[in-house]
Amino acid sequence: MSLTHYLVLAAILFAIGATTVLLRRNAIIVFMGVELMLNSTNLLLVTFSRMHGNLSGQVLAFFVMVVAAAEVVVGLAIIVTIFRTRRSASVDDVNLLKS
Amino acid sequence: MHTLISLTAPAVMPAVDPVVAAPEWAGAQAAVWLVALPLLSAAVLLLLGRRADRWGHWLGVLASAGAFVVGVVLLLGVLGQPAGQRVHDVHLATWLDAGALSIDAGLRVDPLSLTFVLLVTFVGTLIHVYSVAYMEHDAARRRFFAYLNLFVAAMLLLVLADSYVLLFVGWEGVGLASYLLIGFWNHHTPYAVAAKKAFVANRVGDVGLLVAMGLLFATFGSLDFATVEAGAASGDVSQGTLTAIGLMLLLAACGKSAQFPLQSWLGDAMAGPTPVSALIHAATMVTAGVYLIIRSGAVFTAAPTAQLVVAIVGAITLLFGAIVGCAKDDIKKALAASTMSQIGYMVLAAGLGPIGYAFAIFHLVTHGFFKAGMFLGAGSVMHGMDDQVDMRRFGGLGRYMKITYFTFMAGWLAILGIPPFAGFFSKDKIIEAAFVPVDGQPWRAWVFGGVALIGAGITAFYMSRLFFMTFEGQKRWSKTKDGGEQHPHESPALMTWPMIVLAAGSVGLGLILSRVGFVEWLEPSVGHTEHHEPVLAVPILIALTLIAVALGLVLAWRRYAVSTVPVTPPLGTALTRAARVDLYQDTVNDALLVAPGQYLTRSLVYGDKAVVDGAVTGIGRATVAVGDLVRRAQNGFARSYAAVMVVGVVVLAIVVLAVRG
Repeated sequence: MSLTHYLVLAAILFAIGATTVLLRRNAIIVFMGVELMLNSTNLLLVTFSRMHGNLSGQVLAFFVMVVAAAEVVVGLAIIVTIFRTRRSASVDDVNLLKS
Repeated sequence: MHTLISLTAPAVMPAVDPVVAAPEWAGAQAAVWLVALPLLSAAVLLLLGRRADRWGHWLGVLASAGAFVVGVVLLLGVLGQPAGQRVHDVHLATWLDAGALSIDAGLRVDPLSLTFVLLVTFVGTLIHVYSVAYMEHDAARRRFFAYLNLFVAAMLLLVLADSYVLLFVGWEGVGLASYLLIGFWNHHTPYAVAAKKAFVANRVGDVGLLVAMGLLFATFGSLDFATVEAGAASGDVSQGTLTAIGLMLLLAACGKSAQFPLQSWLGDAMAGPTPVSALIHAATMVTAGVYLIIRSGAVFTAAPTAQLVVAIVGAITLLFGAIVGCAKDDIKKALAASTMSQIGYMVLAAGLGPIGYAFAIFHLVTHGFFKAGMFLGAGSVMHGMDDQVDMRRFGGLGRYMKITYFTFMAGWLAILGIPPFAGFFSKDKIIEAAFVPVDGQPWRAWVFGGVALIGAGITAFYMSRLFFMTFEGQKRWSKTKDGGEQHPHESPALMTWPMIVLAAGSVGLGLILSRVGFVEWLEPSVGHTEHHEPVLAVPILIALTLIAVALGLVLAWRRYAVSTVPVTPPLGTALTRAARVDLYQDTVNDALLVAPGQYLTRSLVYGDKAVVDGAVTGIGRATVAVGDLVRRAQNGFARSYAAVMVVGVVVLAIVVLAVRG
């Protein structure tokens, strides 16, 4: 099984994640799409690290995980707050800043 | 003496080199006080404001009288010197010094300027005294006297200046004072409009003076009279240049002296208080144009074409004013038309060349007396008749206002030229001079002489008409403004005494001045001319003039003293109707100047709005429209932003791949 398969899998996962973000209204699901995109990127990084034989990609994958974890904390907190105040987690309803 | 030197000096002298040496006669320095006294008084009256209300008018009288005393002292000083040394240039200070342009502020004390100084201060002082009573009930009497003093100062500066630039300062000063005084009752809109009209008409003339000064400086490199006189007399300057300078100076004179074609403002200027009409618009300021022409005599002598135009303008205005005067029913406007006509005589005389200069000044002086006297008489009549000015509502006033009647009669006989009244000695001399052929061209003598002779006849008619309609015939009085009966009464002594003095001048001044050698006295300033014979013998001319005057007088007597004068003006002939509206002068001005000017400004305003403003606001509108379009993309949906990002990244990726591949 060549490394190319990993790249294709990563691309497919990214596309699924992106489509989820674009198509779903529920903020939690959108968030999951974002996580999927991040993880597909991680997969790419690890794959390229393997292809080029150095560890930079793997190190970067760790960074992405850390940032993703922090992002989840902040993002979920925001989503929970929005849900509490508006009884809805739809991203389309969150347009109060528009005039 | 120094003028004699400067006359023989090279034509064009460097401006930095003073043409005139230091004055030999220190007394001439006193001339500064002539200008300073009224100017200081005007400043005090204007700056102190209401605090000077109680005594301000007497300060004004004092300043004018003080200037007259200084003038008399100067006259005695000058008379004590031999005729060849009576021109004094007083250097005051270097005024402007910019490269080639160096202008000294200086005064010229000579017979011509002294004549004006004495006329202005003497008549001016009398009119100041008259105004104390005439303006008694006006709350702004102090301001009135401040303006009068300002006028006297500016007029004296005008006649005393030794260069065109300083003359121009006085020239503008009298224009300003005239504007302020015509519009003295500017809460009444037509009066304010009249003031504006006078100001604008004068500006047209001022442009002429400015252009003339520019030409003079370009030609002679200096603007003082001495250099210009020497340069114009030297014959080094082309005819074309001199003619252009002469015509521009004439334009200036036309504006100030209400000569054709800039005469339309003088009638409206009667909106000012009557003492103003007497002082500024009869005796002094309007004669400034005659002064300018005579002061620039050297230029006109060297440019015969310009001189001919001066005479033509004078002749036209002479007839114009006389015809208008025949139809006016407003006593002040009739007098204004007469002023215009009489100044036409002076300009005609000034256009005859050196032979007429002295007579122009002679007539100017006598006219200053008798016309100021008649204006003051008109003011006295208005004072007694509740400010009525329509002569058709006067009549029979001679029995009620004896002093006004007799003083006015003196002025009337003087302007008619009945011997031995003043006008006989001055106006008849002008008619005589007009009959002298110039350069062997008899047609000129016949044309100008004929016009002057006919003018004398018309003058006799309209002045007699004015006199008879006001003082003789039946009463045609209107009610007063508050509906009561008219009670004409003689004016207070402060008003009658100036009239008496001026009447004495109207009676005797001509005889006295011709006996004491007034014409010879002016020679150092205006030059000496040999006596020339007119085309007709002098006694015949005098007889013809007197016949013309008698015809006018008898005609007026029959129509306005013997027969009944209708209270409402009859329709009259076409000429009468035209003369009532100043021979359509305002209509012509409106059609030729005002309407095109208004179209021009309107089209400029339109162009400004459409093109300039359009470009600026157009850019603004376009920006707003673009912003409006872009705003639609900001719809507030987070997912649509994400979609844009995804599409954008994909497009970028494709582009990068396509370029690299």
